[in-house]
Amino acid sequence: MFSGFMVNAWEISTIVAIVAGMVGFFVVLRGSAFPAHAIPNGAFAGAAGASLVGIDPLVGLGVFSLLAALGISSLGRRGRPDVATALALVMMLALGAAFLSQTREFEPQVLGLLFGDLFGVETRKILPIALLAVVCVLAVATLFRPLLLTSLVPEVAMARGMRPHLIDTAFLVVLACATTMTVPVVGALLIFALMIGPPAAARCFTSRPGVALGASVVLALLAVWSSIACAYLSNWPVGFFVGTFCAGLYAIGRIYEVLAAAMSRRLALR
Amino acid sequence: MSVPEVVREARAVLEVDDVSVSFSGRTILDHVSFEVRPGEFTGLIGSNGVGKTTLLRVILGLQKSSTGAVRILGAPRSRSSRSIGYVPQKVLLDPDVPVRARDLVALGLDAHRIGLPRRSAAQRELVERTLDEVDATSFADARVGSLSGGEQQRVLIAHALISRPQLLLLDEPLANLDPKSVQEIVALLHRVVIDHGVAVLLSAHEMNSLLPVMDRVVYVTGGRAASGTTDEVIRSDVLSALYGHHVDVLQLHGRVLVVAEPGAATDDLPAHPTLQLD
Repeated sequence: MFSGFMVNAWEISTIVAIVAGMVGFFVVLRGSAFPAHAIPNGAFAGAAGASLVGIDPLVGLGVFSLLAALGISSLGRRGRPDVATALALVMMLALGAAFLSQTREFEPQVLGLLFGDLFGVETRKILPIALLAVVCVLAVATLFRPLLLTSLVPEVAMARGMRPHLIDTAFLVVLACATTMTVPVVGALLIFALMIGPPAAARCFTSRPGVALGASVVLALLAVWSSIACAYLSNWPVGFFVGTFCAGLYAIGRIYEVLAAAMSRRLALR
Repeated sequence: MSVPEVVREARAVLEVDDVSVSFSGRTILDHVSFEVRPGEFTGLIGSNGVGKTTLLRVILGLQKSSTGAVRILGAPRSRSSRSIGYVPQKVLLDPDVPVRARDLVALGLDAHRIGLPRRSAAQRELVERTLDEVDATSFADARVGSLSGGEQQRVLIAHALISRPQLLLLDEPLANLDPKSVQEIVALLHRVVIDHGVAVLLSAHEMNSLLPVMDRVVYVTGGRAASGTTDEVIRSDVLSALYGHHVDVLQLHGRVLVVAEPGAATDDLPAHPTLQLD
């Protein structure tokens, strides 16, 4: 379980979980679940296009997720952000359909982009993904306080001379960067699970923003590591476990919250 | 800086000079001028939709004016002025957002800084003291989204105060609060003005709860404003000229009632909770 191709799987899943936990903390805080769904799904069209013209799919993913992020940000500024996000998604999926219709050659690859191919990660891919991960982690750590204030009270941030829209755009670019590195590994559908489940669950266990950020990373690591172990032992797809465990974490968090509230009520009565 | 005490006292914290704003041909503010001086409590009074929020946005630099200028401490306002603290009406947050009242207050110190927060003992002490100043210590560890409107106001005031601004702008902080919270917030702001010499500019559509503490009033209606002490402004002749039709100002048990003659349009008069027996 810890040898051969599995070493790559453990390494890459650890990197992905750290990034998903950190970026996901702000995805949940800012209510950006829809862009977090749209950017990776739309980006797969970029990978399909890149394969078609014979360049690295990672480049196609990067270009399309960046375009999606900037499109959502600039259209959302003038109109409704959810409509802008939906249209950006639709636009890219339409392109994806067009690219795929040109050849049937890379259909398995496309399936891999949607559901991920954790056990098939080549060693040469680890370095570029690790570099993108470092960029994402540094960006979230750098922007932590401005992101926090603009997410909580944008009017106050604006009055202090901060520019919430600029910070919003910067965050979407980080989201695009996180998408680019993680989609080929865990797939467009599963990165969404990792970015929502662990951070949402972390909020149930703590009221401190810094602790919640850390807990979100720890829970994301727990979710992917146990998923890999279960998939290895059971031969079921890893995506099944990732999705189930992420949703399960949230359920556990909610139950914990209810129990903790009941406990503190009982203590208060004494 | 060795600015003579006399000069500093004399200088207005905020000068709004001949400010006009219009949106697509409609005039929102029509040559409005007034001053806010250090250590004074100023009420920006007017019914809803007369341009109070637009005026605050001009002062904050979030809205351009077509004429006139805003000066902060004698200098033209720059976008990132740290000498103004701003308190919005309400925080719209879910109760499960993992941010405590004390976290939001601490962000008042350093939200513009980059990197993960590492606050010194002195900074944590300052957060503690500021929470105490606004009587928020008892709910300092509660999540901001779970607090009541009055409690959120205290936290937002602490967030603004912690960076020691010279001017505190509050947009309708008393709207949607119960009468007891209104009294508490007004008393708290009065204390802030006295203790720190901060100038407070507070917008409200009802002035009676502010009468005991207000040093000056800026009375806005139809985009125009009259300013001065309450005795200078809240008078029948001044307000009639401002409204463009006759209004009477009644003083009753230390409260003020602005009423128009029967038949006059009265939707631009400020709210009168005094009509209820409380």
